[in-house]
Amino acid sequence: MDNEVKLHGFWPSPFVYRVIWALKLKGIEYDYIEEDLANKSELLLRYNPVYEKVPVLVHAGKPISESLVILEYIEEVWPHNPLLPKDPYERSVARFWINFATDKGRSAVRSLFWGGGDGKKEAAEQMFDLLKIIEEQALGDKKFFGGNSINMVDLIFAWFACWIQPMEQLVGIKVLEPSRLPSLHAWVKNFKEEPIIKENLPDPERLLAYYTRLTSNLVSKPT
Amino acid sequence: MAEEVKLFRTWSSGYALRIVWALKLKGIEYETIFEDLTNKSPSLLQYNPIHGKVPVLVHDGKPVCESLVILEYVDETWKHNPLLPQDPYEKSMARFWANFGDDKLMKSIWQLFIAREKDQDVAAVEALENLKLVEEQLKGKKFFHGETIGYLDLAFGWFADFVSILEEIMSLKLVDGERFPHLSSWIQHFMDAPVIRDCWPPRDKMIIKYQVMREKYLAAATPK
Repeated sequence: MDNEVKLHGFWPSPFVYRVIWALKLKGIEYDYIEEDLANKSELLLRYNPVYEKVPVLVHAGKPISESLVILEYIEEVWPHNPLLPKDPYERSVARFWINFATDKGRSAVRSLFWGGGDGKKEAAEQMFDLLKIIEEQALGDKKFFGGNSINMVDLIFAWFACWIQPMEQLVGIKVLEPSRLPSLHAWVKNFKEEPIIKENLPDPERLLAYYTRLTSNLVSKPT
Repeated sequence: MAEEVKLFRTWSSGYALRIVWALKLKGIEYETIFEDLTNKSPSLLQYNPIHGKVPVLVHDGKPVCESLVILEYVDETWKHNPLLPQDPYEKSMARFWANFGDDKLMKSIWQLFIAREKDQDVAAVEALENLKLVEEQLKGKKFFHGETIGYLDLAFGWFADFVSILEEIMSLKLVDGERFPHLSSWIQHFMDAPVIRDCWPPRDKMIIKYQVMREKYLAAATPK
């Protein structure tokens, strides 16, 4: 069995993009299979029977699910152009922030964008508080979360680089304000201008249309 | 200079137990600091300002938080008696199932635990489905790691203890030997394994703690 790499993905997914960026930053050739999540392929259901989600990375026929697990796998199998620090303590700090983004970030996004109309202002302030912690303690005065170059933490926080904007437009509340979060705002710009990232970003208008459709489906559901 | 290892924990935290076991399995000397989470020490808040939670491992003054992150740190720092598989694919499987345990499995078991009687059957369906998936992972193995205890066994350790606590409080059998032969067998082997068995928190205290917690949830759920 050859060392073929395949990635099952879905174009609007930030979780899929993390893997795309990791593969491209390491110069790994792969086949991309676009999944229609409303009509999942047999292969996807076989590769990820537990969650039936994307991304799924398949390496030499063996499937791996969950974007964070996939990223750690990629880092181990292809250690060049490292995405995690070598030092165990620095790695633990990177992983801490990755977990922080995953846990706290997920619930903050849920409250703000999928929660009821009344709580939105409060949810926006809570999201801002989260971003402030990230700006002050994770980013500090570095250019990227990884220091002078992008690392796994940047790839995880990339949600704030590209996916927060369509959501802000839909909700009508700006959370990532340049005046309130100057360093994070600068990071967004720097991240999106990085060569490989720049060539691999979702189309913002297409994303907005997608999320508009999603939220209108939610709104039309009887409460 | 001898290295200094401290572990901030509570008497009952299953997350902290993972680290207790890991340190003992690797024969690492450490100091324990027991925390009262209703009255957190300044040290804990200094070492884990963002979450203020346990466990926190402090190695030569540097804090590491989040139990699964700590396990990886311990394994990378003290490389003897490795806890994670060496093969990258096997390692990814261990991480996948550890996350499954903490996300899906724990949530579904907890939902069953706090379900009102009329909701128990429905809650049980998801819990049992998740248990079946875990059962599959143990086929042909004594422990998740193989012949010896490893990362995934420690990650599921909370489950080994909590199952019997839940079964006693709710007077039901969740992991029965016929339906889940591998899981039942794993629970027995793990509960009694050297190092593991010496660390369990007092059972009577645990029963009381969880009984009280359950009653609170049930009372809150009862329509007024």
